[in-house]
This record gives sequence, structure tokens and C-alpha cells, in this order.
Amino acid sequence: MTAASTQNSAPRQRRWRRRVDQSFEWFCMAATLSSVVILIGMLWAIIHEGAGWLSWSFLTNYTSVHPEKAGILSALVGSLWLIGLTAVFSVVVGVGAAVYLEEYARDIWFKRLVQLNISNLAGVPSIVYGILGLVLFVRGLSSVTGGRSVLSGALTLTLVVLPIVIIASQEALRAVPKTIRQASYALAATRWQTVWHHVLPAAMPGMMTGVILSLSRAFGEAAPLIIVGAWAQVRFVPSGMRDEFTVLPIQIFEWSSRPQAEFRELAAAAILVLLVMLLCTNGLAVFLRYRYGRKVKW
Amino acid sequence: MVIETSDSTTGRSSVGHTAGDDQSGDPVARVPVTPDTDDGGRSERPEVASPSLAAVVTARADSTAPTDDDVKIDIEGLNVYYGATLALSDVHLQVPSGQVTALIGPSGCGKSTLLRSINRMNDLIEGARVTGGVRLGGVDVYDRRTDVVLLRKRIGMVFQKSNPFPKSIFENVAFGPRIAGVRGREQLSQIVERSLTRAALWDEVKDRLHHSALQLSGGQQQRLCIARALANDPEVLLMDEPASALDPASTARIEDLIFELRGQYTIVIVTHNMQQAARVSDRTAFFYQGLLVESGPTVEMFTCPSQQRTEDYITGRFG
Repeated sequence: MTAASTQNSAPRQRRWRRRVDQSFEWFCMAATLSSVVILIGMLWAIIHEGAGWLSWSFLTNYTSVHPEKAGILSALVGSLWLIGLTAVFSVVVGVGAAVYLEEYARDIWFKRLVQLNISNLAGVPSIVYGILGLVLFVRGLSSVTGGRSVLSGALTLTLVVLPIVIIASQEALRAVPKTIRQASYALAATRWQTVWHHVLPAAMPGMMTGVILSLSRAFGEAAPLIIVGAWAQVRFVPSGMRDEFTVLPIQIFEWSSRPQAEFRELAAAAILVLLVMLLCTNGLAVFLRYRYGRKVKW
Repeated sequence: MVIETSDSTTGRSSVGHTAGDDQSGDPVARVPVTPDTDDGGRSERPEVASPSLAAVVTARADSTAPTDDDVKIDIEGLNVYYGATLALSDVHLQVPSGQVTALIGPSGCGKSTLLRSINRMNDLIEGARVTGGVRLGGVDVYDRRTDVVLLRKRIGMVFQKSNPFPKSIFENVAFGPRIAGVRGREQLSQIVERSLTRAALWDEVKDRLHHSALQLSGGQQQRLCIARALANDPEVLLMDEPASALDPASTARIEDLIFELRGQYTIVIVTHNMQQAARVSDRTAFFYQGLLVESGPTVEMFTCPSQQRTEDYITGRFG
């Protein structure tokens, strides 16, 4: 190429390059916006459909064949029961397992095997846990759990979230510097004192964040609970752990599969309630992370 | 290394070399050694102004007060393995009571390993294995029946990087006594005040005992760690390069503190800084590649070492 031709083509090339640059930026922006747009669209559709049905009686009525009388009381209370129990079980077992793996277990084949299993279990579809829960808790331990009860459901959901809780807690424990443990041991602390006074408090915000996020996942689970036997026509509030129950996602599923348009709108209203509750729990997780995360710095 | 820029006699330039070579051997020690060697501004110990090791040692030789020859720590044929690697081989060393013993040597020579095997911190390292004997005042440290918690209560430890708990100053110092069973608020307060006073930190922090320890400066944090160790009322204080991450002024304070604490406590200090060893220690042990090459009174070690390798290291021919 001669110098002249380079000079001639230069403005065209430059324009082309600028256009490619510009369109790539637009493409990336569109990709970003698409998720936001879809989210806003979905929210708008749900609010549009369901907001009209939101009322105090919607929260305090049981489900009904008459849409104007139907409410989500049993589902809401059932969900809260379930999440409360799941939180207790998964924190006790999950944090315990994480502390054992990080602070006690020696790095031998056993620990590696357990670790590998936990990682794999985190990826198992939740419906599989539902089948396990049906066999183990509903049928096998029915004398303890009372069959298709809140307790069975909570234990099943505990299985679902446990791997995630363990992994999140392990990461939080690992983030606590070794020097803190050394300092504690050098001051003649036992392992228990070291874990209790220094490691757990320092790891707590991270652990709580993990627990809350995995619980909010459990909050929206329907599949394993359908198998375990939560059903939608429950017209009472569970009064104990061995009572039958239903939960919000199942109520939503049941209503949306009915032919009448009113029930679909009711489902949308229930989804709104579910979303608000999820937002609250996620907000709590963020709050905890900021509130306690700032105090602990090395 | 720019240590003697102003006036350099032959003796002093060789000293500067020592510190420089020591430094290049260990990146960890790089930062602190530089300022540490030219602390001419310290008026309370004029001999420091002249950084000749021999001069430093002989100048303060008379202050080698406690010549109580009770053996506090008796190390007999100690071997430490990390997995298949032999980190320390057949070490025989006697640490006299109430004196400051400095462990010197190039990086990876096993001096920190020796320190950790005295209070069994090696137990925490996976794959570490110890054979041979360490006795603390007649108690076999590695005996099956020895309670490691009681042992560590008798032996305080200060680490290279200050590691205060992310709690208040008070809680940091009170932790040791608290877990040992001291409950009364009044009693804990007394212990905290006494320990902070001994660590020369009380006046600086007495008005903010309940503030976070992490707000303290690096030097203050390290003195807090010393106070925390003293709160357990130990007999022995192990220090693993306690000043290597500190600025010259803070280093000077730590060294002064070590000087003051000797007599009351048996102190074993690992240091990369030859000047520091010469300034604070009564006895020095030189390690090289997992072997104890030579040990003896600091004065002799720095003026007329019996081993060629010791002399080479001290004068900076390797390191």
C-alpha cells in the first residue's frame, strides 16, 4: 500500500471502527437491560394482576372455592413454621458440620470424601430430596414426625439447604485468619474456647449471610414439599410440629392451575407476598453483613 | 544497604554488611532491619549509636544482671520433622532461667521451629512430628500425660505479626485469665492494669480500655500482645521476631521492654537482626540448616565465636 491510499482509507476505517466499537457497547448495554426489563415486566404484570386482591382479609382468610373469600393464612403460617424449623435444624447441623470440618478434622481421606460429597449434594435437584424425605421422614420415621407433617417438611428442606449452609459456613470459618487461632492457643485456650470465643464470633456474619440466603431459597421451594405431602386445601393453621401444612409456593401453584381467571389473580397476589418476604430476608442478610462485617477487620 | 553513610570505619562497614546480607536472605525481615540498624537517635542507650556488634555487646556486658544458672528449658536431642523433611536435627540447648536467649540464623534454619516446639505450637501444624526431649522446669513437654493447656499457661508467646483479637483492649488482655477461671471484674481489672503496665502500654491506653484493639498502632498492638501474654503470669516468654514488622521507634520500645522484663521472665527471642540480638540477649544460639551450630553468652558469640560458620554469619559473609 502506498502512503496516499492509507491516508485515503483512513477516515473510512476509522468510521467503521468507531461503529463497531459503538455497537458492541450497545449490545452489552442491551444485554444488561434485558434482564432488568424482564424483571420489571414480570413485576408489573404480577402487580397489575394481583395488587387488587391484596387486602387484610387475603392474609387472614383460609383458602376457599370462592375467590373473593380465599386467603393465604394457612400457607403463610405454614411457610413461616417451615422456615423457622428449617433454620433451627440447618444452623445447628450445618454450623456444627462446618466447625468439625474446618477446626477439628484432620486432612485425611475421610475429610476429603465428606467434602466431595457435600459439594456434590449441593448440586442435587431438590425434588430428589423430596423423594428421600418421603421415604425417610414421612414413611420411615412416621412415629416421630407424624407422617405428612411440618416436621417432615422442615427436615426435608434441611436436607436441601444443608450442603449450601455447610459450604458457606466453611468459607466464613476459613476467612478467619490463622493468627487469631494461634494467639488463642498460645494463651492456653482449648480448642473449644478458641472456636467459641474467637473463631465463631468472627465467622458469624459470613455464616449468617449464607444461612439466610439459603433459607430464602428454601422459602420458595415447592417441588420437594409436594412429594413430602404438603397440600393446598389445608384450612387450618398448624398448631404443632406434627400437623399437616401447606406453604405459599404450593398455594400459588394450586391456584394458578385452576381454570378461573380470579384464581390466577389470587396466585399473583400470593406471589407478591412471597416476593416481599424474600426481599425482607435478603435485606436482613445484607444488613447483617454490613452491620457486623465492619467490626471485624484485620 | 545504607547504614553507615556518614563515617565508616572498617569494623562498622562489616557490620552494615551483616545486616544487609541478613536481610537479602529473608524478605520478611527486609522492612524492619533497615531502620533498626540506624537508630542513632536513641539516647537512653548510647552504645547503640555505634553499631559495631562487638562494641554493642561489650558496652552492655555489665548489664547482664541475672546470672542465675538454673536451667529453665532443657532441650535434649530434639528432632522436628515436617512430613519427611527434617527441620531440626539433634538440638541440645539449655536456656537459663531469667535470661534472654536469642536464636539467630538464616531463614529456614529452624529457629522458629525450635521456638514453636517449646510450647507445642507445632501440634497445630499438620504433619509436624517431634522426637527427643524438651523439659520445662523438670516437666517433660512431650510426655503423653502433660496437659498442653497448662503448659501453654506457663509459656507466653508473641508472634511476628501482632495479632490482637478483634475485641476491646481490655478483653484482649483479660482473655487468658478469664478462660483460666478468673471471674471477678475487679480481679480482672487488676490483672489487665498490671499486665499493661508491665508491657509499658498502660499510660497510652488507660483511657480507652474498651476501645477496639485494632485501633492501636502497630507497635502498640505488639505491646498489647506482650501484655496479653504476661496476663497469664507465664514463666517463659517466647518471641518470634517480635519487632520485625515495626518502625524503628516501636522496635526500640519493644527492645527496651525485653530488657526490662528479663530477670522476671525467661525470654527466648528469634531475631533476624544481629544488632537486636547483641542489644537485648544474654545468650545467643546460632542455627544453620536445622543444626545448632553454636551457643553461648552473647558477648563471646559476637566477639570470639568458636565456629567459623558463626563468625561468617555474624560478620555477614553469608546469610
